[in-house]
Amino acid sequence: MRRSVGVAAASAAVAALVTGCGGGGPQSGGDQKLTGDKIVLGVLNDQSGAYSELSGKNSVKAVEMAIADFKAKYGDKAITKNISVETADHQNKPDVANSKAQEMYDRKGVDAILDVPTSSAALKVADVAKEKKKLYFNIGAATTELTGKSCNKYTFHYAYDTYMLAHGTGTVTTQQVGKNWYILYPNYAFGQDMEKSFSTAIGAAGGTVVGKDGAPFPNTSGDYSSFLLKAPTLNPKPQVLGTMQAGAELVNVVKQYNEFKLRDKGIGLAVGLMFITDIHSLTPAALAGTTYTDAWYWNFDQQNREWADKFQKETDTRPSFAHAANYSAAMQYLEAVQAAGTDDADAVVKGLEGKEVNDVFLRNGKIRAEDHRVLHDAYLAQVKPQAEVTEPWDYVKILKTIPAAEAFRAPSPDCQM
Amino acid sequence: MSGFLQNTFNGLVGGAFYALLALGLAVIFGMLRVVNFAHGAFYMLGAFGAYVLLAEAGVPFWAALVIMPLALGLLGMVLERAVIHRLTRLDPLYNFLLTFGLTLILQDLVKSRYGVQSSPYATPTELSGSVDFGLFDFPTYRVFILGFTVLLCGAVWWVLGRTRIGMVVRAATERPELTRAFGIDVGKWVTPVFGFGIALAGLAGVLAAPMRAVNPLMGADLIIVVFAVVVIGGLGSIFGSVAAGFGIGLIQAWGEAYLSDFPIVSQTVVFVVMAAVLLWRPAGLFGREEAPA
Repeated sequence: MRRSVGVAAASAAVAALVTGCGGGGPQSGGDQKLTGDKIVLGVLNDQSGAYSELSGKNSVKAVEMAIADFKAKYGDKAITKNISVETADHQNKPDVANSKAQEMYDRKGVDAILDVPTSSAALKVADVAKEKKKLYFNIGAATTELTGKSCNKYTFHYAYDTYMLAHGTGTVTTQQVGKNWYILYPNYAFGQDMEKSFSTAIGAAGGTVVGKDGAPFPNTSGDYSSFLLKAPTLNPKPQVLGTMQAGAELVNVVKQYNEFKLRDKGIGLAVGLMFITDIHSLTPAALAGTTYTDAWYWNFDQQNREWADKFQKETDTRPSFAHAANYSAAMQYLEAVQAAGTDDADAVVKGLEGKEVNDVFLRNGKIRAEDHRVLHDAYLAQVKPQAEVTEPWDYVKILKTIPAAEAFRAPSPDCQM
Repeated sequence: MSGFLQNTFNGLVGGAFYALLALGLAVIFGMLRVVNFAHGAFYMLGAFGAYVLLAEAGVPFWAALVIMPLALGLLGMVLERAVIHRLTRLDPLYNFLLTFGLTLILQDLVKSRYGVQSSPYATPTELSGSVDFGLFDFPTYRVFILGFTVLLCGAVWWVLGRTRIGMVVRAATERPELTRAFGIDVGKWVTPVFGFGIALAGLAGVLAAPMRAVNPLMGADLIIVVFAVVVIGGLGSIFGSVAAGFGIGLIQAWGEAYLSDFPIVSQTVVFVVMAAVLLWRPAGLFGREEAPA
């Protein structure tokens, strides 16, 4: 198809003019319609701070793996072989994320931005995507606002959200471990959102929140003992401590939970948001028996494991669910461009909406047209006792698969595309 | 009542870390007039060193408790001779900037090698149980930290108050010119005192490893509060730094336990106390006004 460079350049120029005028025309069969005859993916995430391990540079690797697999799959039939990745560090700051996203779309020729952990930063990028009419696949952030009042035509929420975490862990833990909860959360937007989502899920499952406390955020003293001492004295006594802390703060809470031997006092531990990297730093021994909701687990089945092996060759470590989701989102975007025959954002969105997908990350996946929530199976995971850990990074067993249809909330009426 | 005692005990344990760090800062400031911003980074190195020793060489906690302070104290002495010493005659701001730069370098070196994810460190098995105090029980490890710190602070106090070295250090801290005029070589003691202060930070780091998240930023998070402690106690006041360290630990623990419905209050109480002390006694609770030059 790509015989004449002149034709390609001319059609690229036409495509540039068309998109420049703000309207994507209908695709006439066979013509190449890529701006600049290339596809550029932008990975915007935390490359030096608290989330750089669970996403960071290894998310870039995952996207590069997707590009390689896409090229291998289509060979000469690929819409283009000129696919590249741009990356930037948003330092988890909304203002930095905002300017980096603008730079990516305007100056670096990025067709789609991926990843963007930290909810406040993620919401800023959604605004930029809407304004520039360019695609944005959020993977790293948890806020349901991305598919609520901040939803827009060009933004897709791919991997997880606070509803998924709370619904899975809150419901099943209430049914199986205990009805009375004490909730400890970091006192800022994410923590408050998590606390509300958990309280709702616990109530719906027939449980009670007997106490809840917002710990300072950031907690400079690193000490949570006053909350951990309070938990056993509550009346009725809680059977579950639900912690919504993340990253290093989660590590502090769990270390001190073990120090005060709350498990021996009959208080189990449930964690709001945990990545495989957190379990690695705490060691499975410190977390044995803890339940949490996972969006994906590398050793769940043979397909995941094969992908994780490839990932390990590139990075020397096992993937978090965010890494797998970055791979999947990049792949689904490229597939959509291939199918549409153009990188025109409106055409690609049209192809993605309502699409049913199965790949290494998305099981029973469906891209919901109403709010752009990407639905897929989620998993209730439990950390294994140390004795059952037979290889590095194989830290959890999957107790239950939560079907895609139940894992996420119904479309929110707040979302007006 | 037992809840109150538990929270008090906790406050003292948290305060023990502040006291160890503030004590080091105070002797360094007293002797060198250097505000050592890198103190938190050495605390972090202490904890990381313990982790690396255990993970890569199987060196247990008890050995790390000796090795890390010695190694870091030595590193501190080298740094004092190599760079800090050269700037002491200039405006104190220069050394403040230098140590700030050192902090960034040390943090990023550790970050580039070990990443930002926290590293695992288990409580030594001998100390992993809990002690029954009748009214309440408490993790053995915390009891150990409190006892160990109190002993150490007592020992430092004894050395400073009862020995010849201590006398020289106290004299040099309070009236450096006069001490020199008596023919005492103050310069000779500057480097070991700096090393000692750093060793205390390293020791606090090793003690923190089993109960706090071990990551490159652990010191940066803590050092701001420690500076507030030093200011409250009085810059350069050895007794003041220890007393203020334990005091602030208590205030924080009580604040978190009884004011948790007002997070703004419990988060800022340390700095409110600092501001009040500065207004009431600008030299700190136990500090002395600097003699007019």
